Amino acid sequence: MPVFVKDNEKCVGCLICCFACGRAHMAVGLESSCIKVSSIGGISRGFAVYVCRGCIDPPCSRACPEDALSVRKNGGVLLKEDRCNGCGACVKACIFDAIGWNSKKNKPVICIQCGECARNCPYRVLEYVRT
Amino acid sequence: MIKQDPIKRVLYIDLSKKSYSIEERDDLFANYIGGTGVAIKLLNQNCPSNIDASSPENPIIFAIGPLNGLFPIASKTVALFKSPHTGNLGESHAGGRSALAIRMAGYGAIVIKGKSERPSYITIHGDKVYFRDATTLWGLKEGVSPASLIRRREEGAGLRTIMRIGPAGERGITYSCVTLETYRHFGRLGLGAVFGSKNLKAVVISGKRDLPVLDFKDYRALYGELLKQLAESDKMKKYHELGTPANVKPLYFSKGLPIKNLLTNEHDGIDEISGESFAEKHLSRRVACSHCPVACIHLAALRKPYEDEPYFYRTVNISYDYELLYALGSMLGVTDTKGVLSLIEIVEEMGLDAISTGVVLSWLTEAYEKGIITDALTEGLKLEWGNVDTYLEVIRRIVYGNGELYEDLRKGVAYASNKYGGKEFALVFGKNEMPGYHTGYGSHLGVLFGARHSHLDSGGYAIDKEMMLKPLNEEQLADKIITEECWRQILSSLVICFFGREIYIPEVVIKCLRIAGYEIDEEDLNRIGKEIYREKYLFKIKHGFEIENLSLPDRIFELPTSVGILDRRFIQKATEILKEKIKSLL
Ligand code: SF4
Ligand code: SF4
Ligand code: SF4
Repeated sequence: MPVFVKDNEKCVGCLICCFACGRAHMAVGLESSCIKVSSIGGISRGFAVYVCRGCIDPPCSRACPEDALSVRKNGGVLLKEDRCNGCGACVKACIFDAIGWNSKKNKPVICIQCGECARNCPYRVLEYVRT
Repeated sequence: MIKQDPIKRVLYIDLSKKSYSIEERDDLFANYIGGTGVAIKLLNQNCPSNIDASSPENPIIFAIGPLNGLFPIASKTVALFKSPHTGNLGESHAGGRSALAIRMAGYGAIVIKGKSERPSYITIHGDKVYFRDATTLWGLKEGVSPASLIRRREEGAGLRTIMRIGPAGERGITYSCVTLETYRHFGRLGLGAVFGSKNLKAVVISGKRDLPVLDFKDYRALYGELLKQLAESDKMKKYHELGTPANVKPLYFSKGLPIKNLLTNEHDGIDEISGESFAEKHLSRRVACSHCPVACIHLAALRKPYEDEPYFYRTVNISYDYELLYALGSMLGVTDTKGVLSLIEIVEEMGLDAISTGVVLSWLTEAYEKGIITDALTEGLKLEWGNVDTYLEVIRRIVYGNGELYEDLRKGVAYASNKYGGKEFALVFGKNEMPGYHTGYGSHLGVLFGARHSHLDSGGYAIDKEMMLKPLNEEQLADKIITEECWRQILSSLVICFFGREIYIPEVVIKCLRIAGYEIDEEDLNRIGKEIYREKYLFKIKHGFEIENLSLPDRIFELPTSVGILDRRFIQKATEILKEKIKSLL
């Protein structure tokens, strides 16, 4: 669980973390981002940030029919792209909605636990802990 | 422009026919970049010169630029239309999620024409456009949020903007706004009334995609550099922390803050309505437009007791900034934060432009004091500086009342002062109510000659700040105004928020554009900036604007500004030079 959401209340909804995640995957824009930010029913109530929590027993991996998502030692998953058939079952299985999508490749974008989102957040909403 | 970049796609929507089409306009985006540059071209092509602003033929143009979605603080959408307030060029900018949503939906511009038979709203999900019934959303009174109803109905994964009008727009008040994401607005010049005249309650836009860049490594490096500057540079500090309300006190002490319709430079409650006071008493949250690290939007919590029910409170979050504290605070002589917040709240609920509303009320108060406006006309309301309850009632009557005076006030100060008198103190510039700067020559002339008669046209208050230290002559002033306005055409074609203008200097813009596939140098930028400015003036003239008929209200000469009492001869000379310079561009 390398990226924690320390304090949603401080989040300003700038989406800088999403763009950082995109760049971490060599992409520009939001589709590739695995981290998601949404307002809690209207902006006056603030925002919620959802980022891969690095499950020890990850449902995304279990949902994959091709065994393309292997479980990492300390939680979370690794994508073996050549195995993935682009069915999107992992995306549906993650209740955090913490998987992005690359529509050019038609493959999921999985959190690589790089911490770029946390490093880019201007308000230290997120914290990166190396595991 | 990069070949695969969807920025060149223009979506045309016809509300009368409930149809839409997409056109690729490489020509426009290659030559005019995007945003305001492309929008003025589209407006000139789509808006016939003889039409009324409330005609179905009046097009609404939304445009963004190639840097939206690529670089931080490129967060704005430009809206162009024929203004029902001035009968001429209407231009307004807003952030929220709009720019990113349009980019993610895969467009550079959206043109909306025609008129829906019934109240409707439109939803743009990527390539699909849906025409939805909004009969039930029309005429909703205070307290029910059309945006939350729309939010519940429209699924739309990914990023989404909801632009909508309030009762003011539905009822055609010429200074009604379009609200986005609760706290952002296409505020000035009456886009809300244009929506209303089309029976258009709201526009929802959503999408999701990745964008192409020329060189990813350069992109990543430049992005990092810009983000760092936006977060750490002293140039941005004023927008963080207290936000723009930090200006209330310094402007007050330099005599630049307009108070009570410019009747005085004194305000007893200045400490109370300062940025410091709002932050201390009410600041509850800060929020940002999408893709902007600055988070300049300051929300204030206002806790109000229920009169009939003890131990019941209602807490609302209201956004405030400098212009609001001016228009609904100092300009009306309001002396407490709660009073200002109550006025902001009702202006938000009605969907009015806050600046124009404030100046309408301040003109009305003075006209009433002078006996030009009588009790018979106000139907018994006694206008008085600082009396918030009366102002709340006037606003309700402007929107819902049907007395003659209130009907007239729906058209703004220029119209009302023409009819009733009191032109000497009618603070309008090119028919638009004044923004919050009585700082000197730069602000007043900048607004008068600006293409949209806004303080943002050339940021004249910043020129005045320079003039406080080192005087400029007429020629130098005119030069600065025009040069700045031309440069701002570029920023609003990219579309960079003006708050980032000290970071996005020409050499940075050139680097960013290179990554977006534009080979452009500084000379090109200057040329394009001038061309866009020229196009705007051509539109203005085609639609009846007469530069010779521009005049300044007498009042501004009666009260010291930040650079002292304005000298009429200086203004006269600077005016002649500005006219010549503008004419030479045409
Ligand atoms: S840790 Fe890296 S991959 Fe995971 S959400 Fe953050 S930026 Fe994206
Ligand atoms: S993607 Fe979702 S399900 Fe998979 S490990 Fe991360 S949080 Fe768990
Ligand atoms: S970068 Fe930080 S403040 Fe901005 S949306 Fe992400 S978590 Fe929120």
